[in-house]
Amino acid sequence: MNILEMTLLVWLGSVMAGFVGALTGLGGGIIVTPLLTLAFGVDIRYAIGATLISVIATSSGAAAAYVKEGFSNIRIGMFLEIATTIGAVTGASLAAHVPTSWIAVLFGLVLIHSAYASSRPPLPDSGEDGPDRMATLLRMDSSFPTPAGPRSYRVRAVPAGFSLMFVAGAASGLLGIGSGALKVIAMDRAMRLPFKVSTTTSNFMIGVTAAASAGIYLRRGYLDPALAMPVMLGVLVGSFLGARVLTEAKSQKLRFLFAIVVAVMALEMIYHGLAGRL
Amino acid sequence: MTRFFAIWSDERVETIIARLLQTGVLASAAVVTLGGILFLVRHGLSVPHYSVFTGEPSGLRSVSGIFTGVLTLQGRYVIQLGLFILLATPVARVAFAVVAFAFERDRLYVGVSLIVLAVLVYSLAWGA
Repeated sequence: MNILEMTLLVWLGSVMAGFVGALTGLGGGIIVTPLLTLAFGVDIRYAIGATLISVIATSSGAAAAYVKEGFSNIRIGMFLEIATTIGAVTGASLAAHVPTSWIAVLFGLVLIHSAYASSRPPLPDSGEDGPDRMATLLRMDSSFPTPAGPRSYRVRAVPAGFSLMFVAGAASGLLGIGSGALKVIAMDRAMRLPFKVSTTTSNFMIGVTAAASAGIYLRRGYLDPALAMPVMLGVLVGSFLGARVLTEAKSQKLRFLFAIVVAVMALEMIYHGLAGRL
Repeated sequence: MTRFFAIWSDERVETIIARLLQTGVLASAAVVTLGGILFLVRHGLSVPHYSVFTGEPSGLRSVSGIFTGVLTLQGRYVIQLGLFILLATPVARVAFAVVAFAFERDRLYVGVSLIVLAVLVYSLAWGA
């Protein structure tokens, strides 16, 4: 196989990964790394570098569509980005010292968790509970539009959310993923944000978080342009197509099928990692 | 004067930010595509070696190295420039937020955005 053939195949695979990622809400990045390492035999460090790039591209590309809906909360996003970017720098710095087989195993575990978390229904938000002192101080409480007029929400457990965001950032930096599922835990489960607000705000944060670790990957020589090129362009096309299909059909069965595919990929990552082959 | 500040509502800021991000991604994708064509024309028939990790040459690792390499029109450097544009868009977004919060006279969030900006600049300039 020469470079031209490999580039085309990686591009096609990335289109599919982006498509599935958008459809399942897992994000394209988390499927690209197993694809590159398991199917194409790419070194996991190059794979993670290329994936980070695709994560920034999809997050920034989707921002316009999200903003139109008016759900994202720029203050919560910016405040939590302090935690995710510092976490990302920590994770990316760790990546140089952790054996690649461990990274593969960890990746598999996070992948399984993401597949599981994305299939769970969202919790009801905190609604009209009393104000939280820290959230009030940070002016995080806001409202979002509904057909029946704007609905206000209150934020709680800011320190817990902040700490969880540091972990999400570190996972993003170490594994080259957007950490969407971990971010949703911090915002949905801990801070009790309405589901729509947390998903759109999380999308905004993913690009900034990934940029913090991508700078380190670039400087360390993990960003191979020839590999990142088809991955980035493919995932962009795929997630654009996936987002279009998603708005037209509620594909619960399809999502379940993909969750199984993702789980199989995760087990394979863990197996190859334990066998020391990645 | 108040009217000038009034246009800096949160929604307006977010719309501008979203457009900024979209423009960055499109510009990056265009440069990466151009670089990809240059690269494939010259190296398309060689054998790939991604299974062995060697690390990129130093010219592809630093901003100054990328800009010097782009002048030679080598595909790899042009792609890397495109990737750098992509990396820079979230940074520009945070920098824009600093300015927007300053116009809103929200000192607390000017500080918050400046911390995030500092971490991003650190990782791009010195992080290793």
